Amino acid sequence: MYKNIMVPVDLAHESRLEKALATAADLGRHYGAEIHLVGVTGVQPGAVAHTPEEYKRALEEFANRLSREKGVGFHAHAEVSHDPAVELDKIIERKSEEIGVDLVIMASHVPGFVDHFVRSNAGYLVEHSSISVFVVRG
Amino acid sequence: MTDNVDISIEEAPDAIETDYEIGQDNITPFGLDIHNPVFMISSISIVAFVILTLMFQDSASEFFVWLRNFLTQNFDWFFLSAGNIFVLFCIVLMISPLGKIRLGGPDAEPDYSYMGWFAMLFAAGMGIGLMFFGVSEPISHFNSSLGGAAMEGGARSDWAPLGAAAGDTEAARNLGMAATIYHWALHPWAIYAVVALSLAFFSYNRGLPLTLRSSFYPLLGERVWGWWGHVIDTVAVFATLFGLATSLGFGTQQALAGMNYLFGWSTGDFAKVLLIAVITAIALISVLRGLDGGVKLLSEVNIAMAALLLVFVMLIGPTGDIFSAIVSGGLAYAREIIPLSMPFGREDTNFSQGWTSFYWAWWISWSPFVGMFIARVSRGRSVREFIFCVIIIPTIVCILWMGVFGGTAISQVVADASAAVKDAPLELKLFEMLQPLPLATFTSFLGIILVLVFFITSSDSGSLVIDTITAGGKTSAPVAQRVFWCTFEGVVAAVLLLVGGATALTALQAMAVSTGFPFTIVLLAMCVSLYLGLRETQKMQGG
Repeated sequence: MYKNIMVPVDLAHESRLEKALATAADLGRHYGAEIHLVGVTGVQPGAVAHTPEEYKRALEEFANRLSREKGVGFHAHAEVSHDPAVELDKIIERKSEEIGVDLVIMASHVPGFVDHFVRSNAGYLVEHSSISVFVVRG
Repeated sequence: MTDNVDISIEEAPDAIETDYEIGQDNITPFGLDIHNPVFMISSISIVAFVILTLMFQDSASEFFVWLRNFLTQNFDWFFLSAGNIFVLFCIVLMISPLGKIRLGGPDAEPDYSYMGWFAMLFAAGMGIGLMFFGVSEPISHFNSSLGGAAMEGGARSDWAPLGAAAGDTEAARNLGMAATIYHWALHPWAIYAVVALSLAFFSYNRGLPLTLRSSFYPLLGERVWGWWGHVIDTVAVFATLFGLATSLGFGTQQALAGMNYLFGWSTGDFAKVLLIAVITAIALISVLRGLDGGVKLLSEVNIAMAALLLVFVMLIGPTGDIFSAIVSGGLAYAREIIPLSMPFGREDTNFSQGWTSFYWAWWISWSPFVGMFIARVSRGRSVREFIFCVIIIPTIVCILWMGVFGGTAISQVVADASAAVKDAPLELKLFEMLQPLPLATFTSFLGIILVLVFFITSSDSGSLVIDTITAGGKTSAPVAQRVFWCTFEGVVAAVLLLVGGATALTALQAMAVSTGFPFTIVLLAMCVSLYLGLRETQKMQGG
């Protein structure tokens, strides 16, 4: 049913991703699908990497490690943004179309105080994209 | 407090080795991502300052104005010398082999095109000031120069620059232009360049977080992550927020005066609050659209409109006079820059202390804001290219701008000593200058729009910068934080204007300008730090 599954990842909060990644790996094995990790970085030094190049290498290593551990093909797609906090939603939407994914699996949190004012990333994709979205609550 | 992916990645060879992890001191209440304690200390102390200033308005105003005057008058030599050091330092870097170093490493490519980059530099750096002072300052210096030097009790009592030019219209025009350009060209931009270049270099090349404290790493070492750094960052937030909020407060009054002049609109309290609310609301939309869709787009639109106004006035104004103002004004600047920048032995104390020293303190108090913003958008430029574009090009643009607007205004005053532009209040001088020219309604309207959009871009870029500092240098923190700072700035401006009026605004603006003094010391240290850092990188790149 699914050929390409996308998982948006925030490398600074890897522990919050575990459940979503495990779900993606199970579905990937079940349907024989490839899994695409999409990570967005700014050009300024951040918690994960000091430069965009470093970030790309980190995401690639992360994908390789998951491929080995989970026995499914994980691919890395690092995107550089001038303003990640704002552009994240649109980049995820654009990448989902570029890669041609048929399912997006997103780690999300239980809605909290701030979510009343700012929509979650998963919320944006559900409203704007025709692709199926699987929201995994941590 | 992050749980990073535990994989070793190869860092750039000249990355600074520190155990500090970006964001390690951040806390995440309500899903926000803020630095502890910089966020809390700065926001609480800003509120406390606003309340205290409003409770004791008169004494606060008296004290901060006294402090500002005390600093700019007694340390005029210090401000002027520091200004010269910044210019020389930048020029030396530009022509030395260190100029080859590229921000972001040898293979980095520029994030923005020249036009987009330049539009943002200008909009953040001085857009709003050029609108108000482009007309008024040349006239002030022209008039005082023409009036000649006056002695009183052994000291100069006039406000003319240097030896003045009593009764000589041509000489007064040139001296007026030279003095104005001096305050707006190489020196202020060198101040911005020092801060921006340090921040950009230590972030993009050396891997430190994009926040003020990082540029002190070579001098303070690991201590920059502790209280030393907290103090530097907090004072930067303080200076930026109060600088922005007070100029938004004053600017609202000025823009309303312009609208009252043009359309007869009210200038009452309701109109003031409404205008602040409208500016803040549009700035919020711009904030939510992000850097590229918001502040960059607005900056480009505004610079295009400013260029249109410039060319328009050049063509419909006294074109011949304008060209001679540009050429002889520029030449006079080149001729007088050394005497004007002499830190010692000045006779024209009113000018050198009341104008130059005040301006330097003012530019320096803005430099954390403008420098942070310029750094944010300058990755991929070489040091040489950076300095050329941040100092030399703005200098040329300033000579053009002052030549067109100041030159036209001076011509009007020369032709008719009772010209309306001469005695009009500061906020109306631009419109009085445009009034006798053709299509005055159109050009004045364009002027008002330019002023408003420059306020919107500075409100947006200001909240971007304050958010980055209060998030410990993280640029990916939730947008809600920028929304908070943008709203906060509007609220502070409105409260100061409504409850305190001009007294409270004057008090806090004087306080913001006074931070220029400690920051001058900070900037001098930054020069040393930046030089050491660049040398290390040069050695590692085999230079």
